[in-house]
Amino acid sequence: MSNGDDLYQVLGVSRTASQDEIKKRYRALAKELHPDLNPGKPDIEERFKRITAAYDILSDPERRGRYDRGEIDASGQERPDQRFYREYAEDPSATRFYTREGFSDDEGLHAFFSDLFGGRAGRGEGMRMRARGADVSYTLPVDFLEAAKGAKKRVTVGGDQQTIDLTIPAGVRDRQTLRLKGQGMPGFEGGPPGDAYVEVHIQPHAFFERKDNDIHLELPVSLAEAVLGGRIQVPTIDGPVSMTVPKGSNTGATLRLRGKGILDAKSRQRGDQYVRLKVVLPKSPDPELEKLVEQWAKSHAYDPRADMEGR
Amino acid sequence: MKTLSEVVVVVGRVDRVELTRWIEFGWVHPETRPGTEPVFSDLDLARVCLICDLRHDLAVEEETMPLVLSLLDQLYELRRQMKALTGALRQQPDEVQRAIMDLIETSRRRGGSLG
Repeated sequence: MSNGDDLYQVLGVSRTASQDEIKKRYRALAKELHPDLNPGKPDIEERFKRITAAYDILSDPERRGRYDRGEIDASGQERPDQRFYREYAEDPSATRFYTREGFSDDEGLHAFFSDLFGGRAGRGEGMRMRARGADVSYTLPVDFLEAAKGAKKRVTVGGDQQTIDLTIPAGVRDRQTLRLKGQGMPGFEGGPPGDAYVEVHIQPHAFFERKDNDIHLELPVSLAEAVLGGRIQVPTIDGPVSMTVPKGSNTGATLRLRGKGILDAKSRQRGDQYVRLKVVLPKSPDPELEKLVEQWAKSHAYDPRADMEGR
Repeated sequence: MKTLSEVVVVVGRVDRVELTRWIEFGWVHPETRPGTEPVFSDLDLARVCLICDLRHDLAVEEETMPLVLSLLDQLYELRRQMKALTGALRQQPDEVQRAIMDLIETSRRRGGSLG
């Protein structure tokens, strides 16, 4: 370290930093820059030595005070030249190493290769590359109701006519990826097969629409049902259920069917189904209805656009 | 080669009691012969320095140290084996070396295995 270096800049702390801040900062830098934790980076050692030398002065309040007053400078304060562990630990000519189970030294490269390629080959067999099969990824279109209620499927995927069995969990989300253990490519030399990853693409439904765990549905009702109310049948993912339309229900009125939505994987609770009513007139003009409404309107005029601005 | 007392003096950041504990934990294994003081090689000495840095400067807890050392030992073992492997590859004819480099490059681009 040269005399001109500012020790605070080297550590990246302000001159007013507390001892605790200096310690924390050094710790963070050292974790990143310690040469023995970065064996593949030869140039990191110089930076580490600089921050360590700076820390040695600034971590001691007495020496820090003398440095601040200009009584000592940044030079000549380095630790006795530390030989880092990595210089020895990587040198193949060293007579002894620290090793862990799995790669003990006397087994040499043969064991190393066996470990790399999965499984240990017996010594007499030569080097057989036992290996796990490759993982494969697919996208799978899934019917709306199958996604909502769950299903077991056998599907053919890929150009090579591979079949996979899968269980679609109830309430699976669009673009969710399912991992199918062992359904990827076969292994080599007795190695285990890879996994298959299947991304689910939920197909839209003719009238159900899904928002999170709720289902939304627009339900046509007749004029009579809207005006007079009554019990009607409503489709749900479980099949039709009966629901009461209150008297005088307008288009846009929304009713809720509790617990008829999608199963939430975490809470194991089902969402709700929202039914939005839409009043529908008879398909063809009806002279009787016309006459009736004409009579009625004479004494019951109303303006449904009264709230609209800028007419 | 150094004795335990010499290591304590040279390193300056560990005392006899702590260093003895580290030996008992198996973090450092200097050469020991019955009836004599343990003898530290340069490798052992550098390892003691590393453990000092980890323990004191980087605040690695005593309980966590075996995990850290185990990972480091595996890393260095792998690097030694890689060195041996690259050394062996360099002895091969140029076209073999090139073929292997091409395969590694292809697999890297695919972000996956060689298979």
